[in-house]
Amino acid sequence: MNISVRNAESFAFTPENMEWAQGQLAKYPESRRQSGVMPLLTRAQEQNNGWVSVPVMEYIADLLGMAYIRVHEVASFYTMYNLKPVGKHVIEVCTTTPCWLRGSDDVVAACKDELGIGFGDTTDDGEFTLLEVECAGACVNAPVIAYRKEYYEDLDGDSTRNFIKAIKNGDLPVAGPQTTDRHKSAPAGGPTTLKDFCAVQGGQE
Amino acid sequence: MLADKDRIFTNLYGYQRWQLDGAKARGDWQGTKDLLAKGVDWIVDEMKSSGLRGRGGAGFPTGLKWSFMPKESDGRPHYLVVNADEGEPGTCKDREIMRHDPHKLIEGCLVAGFAMRACAAYIYIRGEFIHEADVLDAAIQEAYADGLLGEDACGSGYKFDVYVHRGAGAYICGEETALIESLEGKKGQPRLKPPFPANVGLYGCPTTVNNVESIAVAPTILRRGGAWFAGLGRENNTGTKLFCISGHVNNPCNVEEEMGIPLRELIEKHAGGVRGGWDNLLAIIPGGSSVHMLPKSICDTVLMDFDSLRAEGTGLGTAAVIVMDKSTDIVRAIARLSSFYAHESCGQCTPCREGTGWMSRIMQRLVTGEAEIEEVDLLLDVTKKIEGHTICALGDAAAWPIQGLLRHFRPEVERRILDYKKGRNAA
Repeated sequence: MNISVRNAESFAFTPENMEWAQGQLAKYPESRRQSGVMPLLTRAQEQNNGWVSVPVMEYIADLLGMAYIRVHEVASFYTMYNLKPVGKHVIEVCTTTPCWLRGSDDVVAACKDELGIGFGDTTDDGEFTLLEVECAGACVNAPVIAYRKEYYEDLDGDSTRNFIKAIKNGDLPVAGPQTTDRHKSAPAGGPTTLKDFCAVQGGQE
Repeated sequence: MLADKDRIFTNLYGYQRWQLDGAKARGDWQGTKDLLAKGVDWIVDEMKSSGLRGRGGAGFPTGLKWSFMPKESDGRPHYLVVNADEGEPGTCKDREIMRHDPHKLIEGCLVAGFAMRACAAYIYIRGEFIHEADVLDAAIQEAYADGLLGEDACGSGYKFDVYVHRGAGAYICGEETALIESLEGKKGQPRLKPPFPANVGLYGCPTTVNNVESIAVAPTILRRGGAWFAGLGRENNTGTKLFCISGHVNNPCNVEEEMGIPLRELIEKHAGGVRGGWDNLLAIIPGGSSVHMLPKSICDTVLMDFDSLRAEGTGLGTAAVIVMDKSTDIVRAIARLSSFYAHESCGQCTPCREGTGWMSRIMQRLVTGEAEIEEVDLLLDVTKKIEGHTICALGDAAAWPIQGLLRHFRPEVERRILDYKKGRNAA
């Protein structure tokens, strides 16, 4: 596999991330710094091109006064920590039953076809990684893809292709339902309740 | 149908602003100081009289749970932990609260935390909800800046902090003791109970873990009175509830409805009906993936509340309604859930770690029928060997969907086995 992601030999937080980390640790009692291991690993993964290497784990362990093995246990237990390099764009497709009932097979097929890779693989140019995830928790907007900070919802084969093409073109697609007649998790065609509350009043995030 | 004036989550769909000004316009943070001034006992009694049962799945009475916290501090701080690790397949209601009505949850943290003499609330949100965590964080900062949280929360003289803690992808952390372990910076593996969290929870201190929805409805209940909430729904199944309707309906959606609404009415009024009409219905999983499915004959008349669904051998769970029409490969639908539980087992208890894998592998073969007929009983036996033999309920949750399948669709499973054999003999 030829990927452009560098395997970090050593790791240290940038000054900005270190300041952020200290803010996180202030949430927990002084003697309970270990509570910060998950948020710190998450931030370190972002800084380290999307994956957690051994030097990252050792750095976090030293920072929190934890044994290396305890950090490794955490990093290997939770699925959002990538223990090997990933592409620049990580596409996570939910295939659990509620998404499957709404056609996630078509979404998966479109992803594999557009990217030319299978689940768990990274494209040769190091651009894309495709992952299968368990229930994303947006089941009334199924099927769903998670990408960066957002969910892309109500997908089908065509809208999935458009979504991936947009990323390839350097665009960030608009998150939320990928159909035209739907506002977030309200029923398509408009809400059946709360109609007096549903005039758009700057409720965009 | 529930009237809009009795709906709690008036910004469920995010048409309005989630920010503090929008929240205050919807009635949040009104007279919070006065609510706290009425005292701990009044708050707990009001919650008890509302009849609110936990909205995370188990349905334990919320007011009673709060009352389990020690009355006198022995020097250890008390904590409120909010379970926002929403991940039960079919469920997507807490996400809407956090991204569209975060102040309901934050105000709820204050009143609930006050009622259990807690110094702080930790909101444990699943790692995938990045946007939702950002909104929640921003809303908390607004609350601090406005004096609603902090040294003198709402001018009550009570010091209270609220923190967001992000998970990183583990369904098991929705189990309350696994969540506490995770919050302490460890693998999310459930603890043996007793001791219960109310005595030994987060950092060894008295802790109560509540679902997002349970906490977020509390301020409205206290403002309008427990009697108002108890007047909705049925006895022992009171109030309003967020329902998530997914799968083969014309318009999947979230909606707040009255407890005890007939399942059919819920689907036809809000979700545009079953795809192809009600008679095209095959089965429904009424409360998130862990509960037994119901065949159409029961769906025709069943009411959506704890006791009605329990009487049918299933449960309200998280009120996530997964609808499957006649085009559904029902065996594959359940097989996918089995592989979900095999993936999410934390590996601590042998019956679950090994059993979820066995069940998943047998289920995969049952999809094509590549099995012996005796294996159906063997599979059922495995589910019984797991159920009730593990530290937490994940083992039960993995067993029940399969038991539900075999209870209502055993002939279909057996037909596939016989067809597969026939095909092989013919070849």
